[in-house]
Amino acid sequence: MDFGLSDDQREIQRTARELLAERARPERVREHAEAGRLDDGLWRELCELGWPGIAIAERYGGQGLGRVELSILCEELGRSLAPVALLPSVLASGAIELAGSEEQCARLLPALASGETIGALGTAGDGVAELVVGAPAAGLLVLVEDGAARVLTRAQIEIEPCESIDPTRPAGRVSAPAGAGEALRGDVAGGIDRALVAISSELVGVCDRALAMTVAYVKERKQFGVPVGSYQAVSHRCAQMLLDTEKARATTAFASWAADADPERLGEAAAMAKAASSEAGVDVTASAIQAHGGIGFTWEADVHWLYKRALVDSALLGGARTQRVRLAALLA
Amino acid sequence: MDLTFSARETAFREELRAWLSDNRPAQEPAEGGEDAHYAWRRDWQRRLYDAGWAAPAWPVEYGGRGASLTESAIYFEELGRARVPLPANVLGLLLGGPTLMVWGSEAQKERYLAPILSAEEIWCQGFSEPDAGSDLASLKTRAVKDGAEWVVTGQKVWTSGAQYAKWCMLVARTDGDVPKHKGLTYFLMDMEQDAVQIRPLRQITGEAEFNELFIEQARIPEENVVGGEGNGWRVALTTLMNERAGLGFALQVRLRQLLDDTIAVARERGLLENALYADALAELHIRCESIRLLAWKGLTDVERYGQPGPEGSLVKWLWSDTNQRLTQLAAEIVGPAALTAGTSWSYELLRARGNTIEGGTTEVLKNIVAERVLGLPRLKAVP
Repeated sequence: MDFGLSDDQREIQRTARELLAERARPERVREHAEAGRLDDGLWRELCELGWPGIAIAERYGGQGLGRVELSILCEELGRSLAPVALLPSVLASGAIELAGSEEQCARLLPALASGETIGALGTAGDGVAELVVGAPAAGLLVLVEDGAARVLTRAQIEIEPCESIDPTRPAGRVSAPAGAGEALRGDVAGGIDRALVAISSELVGVCDRALAMTVAYVKERKQFGVPVGSYQAVSHRCAQMLLDTEKARATTAFASWAADADPERLGEAAAMAKAASSEAGVDVTASAIQAHGGIGFTWEADVHWLYKRALVDSALLGGARTQRVRLAALLA
Repeated sequence: MDLTFSARETAFREELRAWLSDNRPAQEPAEGGEDAHYAWRRDWQRRLYDAGWAAPAWPVEYGGRGASLTESAIYFEELGRARVPLPANVLGLLLGGPTLMVWGSEAQKERYLAPILSAEEIWCQGFSEPDAGSDLASLKTRAVKDGAEWVVTGQKVWTSGAQYAKWCMLVARTDGDVPKHKGLTYFLMDMEQDAVQIRPLRQITGEAEFNELFIEQARIPEENVVGGEGNGWRVALTTLMNERAGLGFALQVRLRQLLDDTIAVARERGLLENALYADALAELHIRCESIRLLAWKGLTDVERYGQPGPEGSLVKWLWSDTNQRLTQLAAEIVGPAALTAGTSWSYELLRARGNTIEGGTTEVLKNIVAERVLGLPRLKAVP
């Protein structure tokens, strides 16, 4: 048993972390968030590196690596809050690769793998999906309704931009007429499970960053003549943040691994990962605001972007309770 | 990343599983109280010993199998899974033996290891004192040199198995003039002397797993010092580090079984269709799986990379909290049987309260995580 990354995977992690530390600095994220737009320059760089297609099979134009590699990238994107639509795009491409026919995959995936087309995935009721992350930029949409999925092009849908509380990644309200688009008839549930794992990985990155920022802050900030981090009320909160983060990390690592190596256990693993990471995401980032005190509540401090990303990601494709209801059905 | 076991590890598991299914412990005695129960566990250890299964993690030269960390964890998982008791001399096997292997002289290893393995000589642990719990190094039990012997006076507490033990791993102060961690020495004290009085400590479950020791001028020959005079703190740390390494895996399997039993009762009573119960049980399921994954991650990181992660303290913290939540939820699901004295449900419910105190309180574990993992400033101790 080995929870460690391979040398190649470590290299992907290192490259991603260094690149995003340089290209998605907090001030640049803030600039794009305040303007409510994605960072197209960064997106082009990520496309040149093949990130959107990292887990897509080579015959469809991807790099043919695994879900573990994709999770590594998602975690780093969560850590940096980079204003790019990579997560929504891989949610769509993952669903198409699992649930699409050979012909659909061959036709739709290459543009998603190269990043030429941005994808998004939403869950709809009566043909309408609210707050679809990445939709305003998307050229192609996967809509899931009552367990059935269809792919729609931009021309087949209406997108109204809506103001997400997380402006680092614009979202939109998508409506599609009944019968429009083409059905994906394969393993839709498997595609959704892979999507849950990718979102969970992003949440792990968000948690990790929130904890690191908080630890740095409470070591520096002094009240009553000592760093506030020396008070147990504060330090024990930080310890709880680590526990929550590590729980999310362990279950997400298991689910990423299962997606490639043990798909039979993926359903349960993905539900556990999304439940743990959704809860951790919100709790850890909320704790980060609290531990920052008054400054944490200001627009100026960067912790609120993490909280907002966590709130939206936690809700994507069902939060902790939704996942636990699903797990309970498996236990029954 | 590879979350499967190797062929060798799987073979180890299968061999043990087969042996455990062919070799069940005798029927647990219904009468005779704790003495009969202890004798039953001692007998079980002898059977494990005869088959070479008493301490697979011990090196072959000392009668073990030289099992790897992973195999040793598998061993405890399988004991838990087979629902058999742990060997009677668990403290000798897990703590005393491994401590002697690191710090003991050749003569000590020669003299003590074999009887630990065969359960001929039972060991107990004399660390905690009434005024030295989490702050162990402030302990007051004193040892004074008298010729070729040490004379020990003081009081110890939370000593499990003392009434059955031949040897006590005792930490005592041998020098009061140096900073508190430095004046300690680690001894092996013969429990069979009148100077050592044992009083059972009745706990909230009604039973007495633990004892108090009243030591009044007990005598320890100088060859029973382990690791040298004044080196007791370092030797004690070796003992403490071994405390949770393997046992955690047995406890984690036990937790899983208790959850499965609880789910079975919930299913029988139609409570799985009740969203509130379903949610709570699913949450416990996630916690159980997180504990399993974190425990394996901690262990295999040490095995493969030689670097322990933060998991050790986190796993103990999460396990103890989860066991308390589970047993409380089980009480709601099971109903009156869980609130009736003498049932296993009520025993688990009450016993779980100790989990967040024994082997490091949750508060101390949080301090360890904050200071050593996150690098937060240390709380200033009152001088």
